[in-house]
Amino acid sequence: MTKSIEEINLKIRDGSAVVVTAEEMPDIVSELGEEGALREVDVVTTGTFGAMCSSGAFLNFGHADPPIRMERIWLNNVEAYAGIAAVDAYIGATQESTTEGSTYGGAHVLEDLVSGKQIELRAISKGTDCYPRRTITTELLLEDLNQAVMVNPRNAYQCYNAVINRSDRTLNTYMGMLLSNQGNISYSGAGLLSPLANDPHFNLIGSGVPLFLGGGEGVIVGEGTQSSPSNGFGTVMVSGDLNSMSPDYLRAASFTGYGVSLYVGLGIPLPMLNVEAVRNCAVRDEDLITSIVDYGTPRRDRPVVRTVSYAELKSGQVEIDGEMVRTSSMSSYSRARKVAHELKSLVEAGSFMVALPTRRIDTGKRSHPMRETRQTPRIREIMNAGVTTITEDESVKTAARKLLRGETNHLPVIDAEGKLVGIITTYDVSKSVLLKGESMKVSEIMSKKVVVVSPDEPVDVAAQRLEQYNISALPVVDSDHHVIGILNAVDLGKLFSKRWQP
Amino acid sequence: MKLFLTIQRDVLKRPLISQVVLETGVLINVERAHIDANEGWVLIDLPEKEETRISSRLTELGVEVKKLENAVLYDEHECVECGACLSICPQEVFSFDADYHLVIKEERCVLCGQCVCACPHQALSIRQ
Ligand code: SF4
Ligand code: SF4
Repeated sequence: MTKSIEEINLKIRDGSAVVVTAEEMPDIVSELGEEGALREVDVVTTGTFGAMCSSGAFLNFGHADPPIRMERIWLNNVEAYAGIAAVDAYIGATQESTTEGSTYGGAHVLEDLVSGKQIELRAISKGTDCYPRRTITTELLLEDLNQAVMVNPRNAYQCYNAVINRSDRTLNTYMGMLLSNQGNISYSGAGLLSPLANDPHFNLIGSGVPLFLGGGEGVIVGEGTQSSPSNGFGTVMVSGDLNSMSPDYLRAASFTGYGVSLYVGLGIPLPMLNVEAVRNCAVRDEDLITSIVDYGTPRRDRPVVRTVSYAELKSGQVEIDGEMVRTSSMSSYSRARKVAHELKSLVEAGSFMVALPTRRIDTGKRSHPMRETRQTPRIREIMNAGVTTITEDESVKTAARKLLRGETNHLPVIDAEGKLVGIITTYDVSKSVLLKGESMKVSEIMSKKVVVVSPDEPVDVAAQRLEQYNISALPVVDSDHHVIGILNAVDLGKLFSKRWQP
Repeated sequence: MKLFLTIQRDVLKRPLISQVVLETGVLINVERAHIDANEGWVLIDLPEKEETRISSRLTELGVEVKKLENAVLYDEHECVECGACLSICPQEVFSFDADYHLVIKEERCVLCGQCVCACPHQALSIRQ
């Protein structure tokens, strides 16, 4: 048996369509079988509500008098991209305020607009014959704009990695706060309610398909950026009118130590045309598998700790190395349900039609990493290999002499085998001389906890580490913990300022 | 239940809590403590029924005693029930009910403040 899209839309129009949520579907299929469920159910609604950083909106402000070709635009002090003609801008969700930093950003501007709040526009221009005006400041409401079209380049990830942190330091990431030493696991996505999890081969989801977006009706533009359906990481680009949206389904967020994001409520109605569509919507959390990766490694390719199902993630704890680790979701399951239910009511009420893709999304696609023509410099290339060291048994006086001679403020301390055991600074030496005279040994005043780098790490990692620990030098050690160089904040600073010169 | 004790500098040096435990025989759990140059504060947990006895004894000894109530301030309009706070709180103050709605057992809170920065929607704060 198959059903046509026209048949289903006819039923929706006369109010007789049977609509269920993707959460109800697995049990229906178990009970009635695939054929039975196909006969019974016309539309399955999906839903997700999570942080979708890759979101934003095109805004058209109309012309001022005298007219201005706005070259740079700030909305509540958040810069919007204005390199599109004279009176349009794209406000991106993650752009941060120039005055309030990461506590207010593009996502907040969007939420404020949708909530009916007034926002301030400031813009500048160099002035031309046709657009003589050079600056403008004005207050605007959403209704004052000619268009406010949300266009989100990458939403509704088919699947998303869960994350853990095996390093010894709490990390603040876009997946939230990750406690040190695998203290917690963070994940995202609505599992069996997720739109793309219910149509993994993109049979029903593609260009032109209507969807529920931020509380209003939107449309799928097509393949999302970074979409990689061939390995299960598909995305879609979506669009909708900001005027139809509501702050119930569009929420700004600010992640400590990371920045701003936008929580978007999004749902796609899936027409049950054939057995395959039914089978795909029978997916359960147990069937949806993702990986837990270690964000303690600050590189692109992060180690996978284990694979896990959404059922385990949602249970609240997952076993890692024989230990139960608690989980946190970044996306809201109760809101995802609300999206699926709201969409269900809309379809039942005959006010939301279904459609087939006008253009299919390429399911063979796999996104690849960035082509880098210039490798980031490694520590080895910029470290100071002529490092002066001292052994733990030497006197503080010798240390003072070495520090003076070497014109350095840091002396790595090594043991008899040449392995790093500590570090002393000019400050440590001065302090000990003042307090106890020069009679002490290096081992008595050194710090034993030394932050180090290895020669093959990218310099950016060293910069991040210096900042985190608020220190000014890092000994470079090889795999045997032998000191082979030292990296100074000053050298690193010089390198970065050179790299960023336009 | 939890009591929040503020202790002035001159009283700080004495082993007050041990003294009260020995005198009353009530087992007091010290959950957090902070002491700086002028003042100190201690968060203690004790059985509900012993509250009056312990409170009055501590007050006699010069300690300012406050009952810890509504420790976690929760803004339900900002909260989207994501669950980011669940695994962050060392005291398991936050959990979901069967319908994935947030449940807060604030009597467990020890004022560590961790959840405040972990909430992406700035829905949580700690009463000062
Ligand atoms: S982290 Fe914040 S928004 Fe999320 S459930 Fe907890 S209180 Fe609510
Ligand atoms: S302050 Fe600490 S103990 Fe209290 S609720 Fe927040 S995380 Fe839990």
